[in-house]
Amino acid sequence: MPDVCVAPPAAYLHVRDTLLRAAVWSATLLVGAVFAWLLADLLGQGAARIDWSFLTSAPRNAGRSGGIAPILVSTLVVVVVAIAVAAPLGLATAVLLAEVVRRGGRTERLIGLSLDVLAGIPSIVFGLFGNAFFCIWLGLGFSILAGGLTLACMVLPILIRTAESGLRMVPNDWRFGAAALGLSRAATLWQILIPAAAPALLAGLMLGIGRAMAETAALVFTSGYVDRMPSSLWDSGRAISVHIYDLSMNVAGGDQSAYASALVLIVLLIMINSAAIWLADILLVRRIKMI
Amino acid sequence: MTATPDRIADGSYWPQSYTLGPIMSGEPCCVPKTLISVEGLSPSYSGKTALENVSLDIDGGCITALIGPSGCGKTSLLSSLNRLTDLIPGCRLAGRIRIDGEDIHGVDVNVQGLRRRVGMIFQRPNPFPLSIRRNIEMPLREHGMSRRSELDERIERALRDVGLWAEVRDRLDSPALTLSGGQQQRLCIARAVALEPSILLMDEPCSALDPLSSGIVEDLIASLRGRYTVVIVTHNLAQARRIANYAALFWVQNRAGTLIEFDQCRRLLEAPRSDITAAYVRGHRG
Repeated sequence: MPDVCVAPPAAYLHVRDTLLRAAVWSATLLVGAVFAWLLADLLGQGAARIDWSFLTSAPRNAGRSGGIAPILVSTLVVVVVAIAVAAPLGLATAVLLAEVVRRGGRTERLIGLSLDVLAGIPSIVFGLFGNAFFCIWLGLGFSILAGGLTLACMVLPILIRTAESGLRMVPNDWRFGAAALGLSRAATLWQILIPAAAPALLAGLMLGIGRAMAETAALVFTSGYVDRMPSSLWDSGRAISVHIYDLSMNVAGGDQSAYASALVLIVLLIMINSAAIWLADILLVRRIKMI
Repeated sequence: MTATPDRIADGSYWPQSYTLGPIMSGEPCCVPKTLISVEGLSPSYSGKTALENVSLDIDGGCITALIGPSGCGKTSLLSSLNRLTDLIPGCRLAGRIRIDGEDIHGVDVNVQGLRRRVGMIFQRPNPFPLSIRRNIEMPLREHGMSRRSELDERIERALRDVGLWAEVRDRLDSPALTLSGGQQQRLCIARAVALEPSILLMDEPCSALDPLSSGIVEDLIASLRGRYTVVIVTHNLAQARRIANYAALFWVQNRAGTLIEFDQCRRLLEAPRSDITAAYVRGHRG
């Protein structure tokens, strides 16, 4: 009898299954444990520092005491500038890639390649570029505007790629259906394709916001590290991750504040992600599934 | 005297031998008058010919079935008629198609206007992920209708025409994708009908539906006779026999689809002139 017909003994199969299960579970547990440890560490070292006044007052004594209100405001404004600039540009480019140019054609490959290279550039390089281009060449100086524009360049590849794949996921049935009704391409795009891709667009937006909020290196050189409350877009402002970096590296005795700020950042990121999931669910349910 | 596209076109075949059998009894469906005239059409995809030199004249107000095995170019012919082939990269058309005497590839043809006049229903129901109302309203608005009362009237009339009004009147604002497959397909027909086209192209509109829904949609299509010129691709010969006035059989010859026979539907099914047709309609081939 040829060997291939002989089934391995049941005990052997059982052991193999058990090993596989053990390997998968332990890898998952390891990842979960790292996150849990990180969170526990932040909570243990920073939670005591957090109260209402921490969120609403200005830092004192180089951040050792006081709060992070101006830092939160700067972070928020930088992120809003970045997304306000990057989202329309990103969506337009994604539409070009997914709906206009020929799939696999030269234009698509060229743009795709530049996006992938752009996505792989370290943020410190974006910081230097932003400093040279926005701060010096365009004369914006160390400002929230310069920081936001630099972040916009940095999150563009993420926004474009997620929006593009979101648009590609929309079934062709709807494109043909719309064309057969004599709808213009613009109408098809606004009325059908973009709403249908909305959950994916939203997910990409949230990824972009997350990346922008957690950015340090690109901001040190562009929006600066003045920890006053910014009064306009042309003011320098310190983003929260820059604050954490400064406290832990340059301020002796600032560790507890650094931990507390990091905890605030993590909580903000978790909130943004949950909001995104919730919104995407609502959009999906309203448009596609049962009420 | 046999029916050939030429004779049908020049009128010498009509109307004396107008016999369509029991289903078609009663008043004639229409005064036979060519609405769509296809001359030497050869669509090809990236150099591969899908249909070879097809010429046929389709009469206004009648139902014309395109039958034949898969891959013989029926859908290519259908989507040439509303220039949906423009959307397919690498697709080229040779030949000429005239609708109401006007060349649809002419320089001054407005493609969006053409597609409003030539509606299309697809194999898989494809209502947009919008509400039932918006599915019909949005194309109407795109074609320039904006008065609320007018829109509501059109929407109701279209839904009544497809027999959907009673089923959805209380939930016009719920998502169209919550409807059943058959209801979705009828909504798609309503969406096309609301634009008041003169021609409806249907690409196997019942084949993705369960038998009951399929029957309802089929009855609906039969009821459109006279008001619209329907060109329907179907694999279901019984369906073609039940609803179609004319039938055209396509077959793959020399690796390209070819029009084998075009005749009154019952004649083509019951007394085919071509051996290929005979074998196909008796279920020996295809």
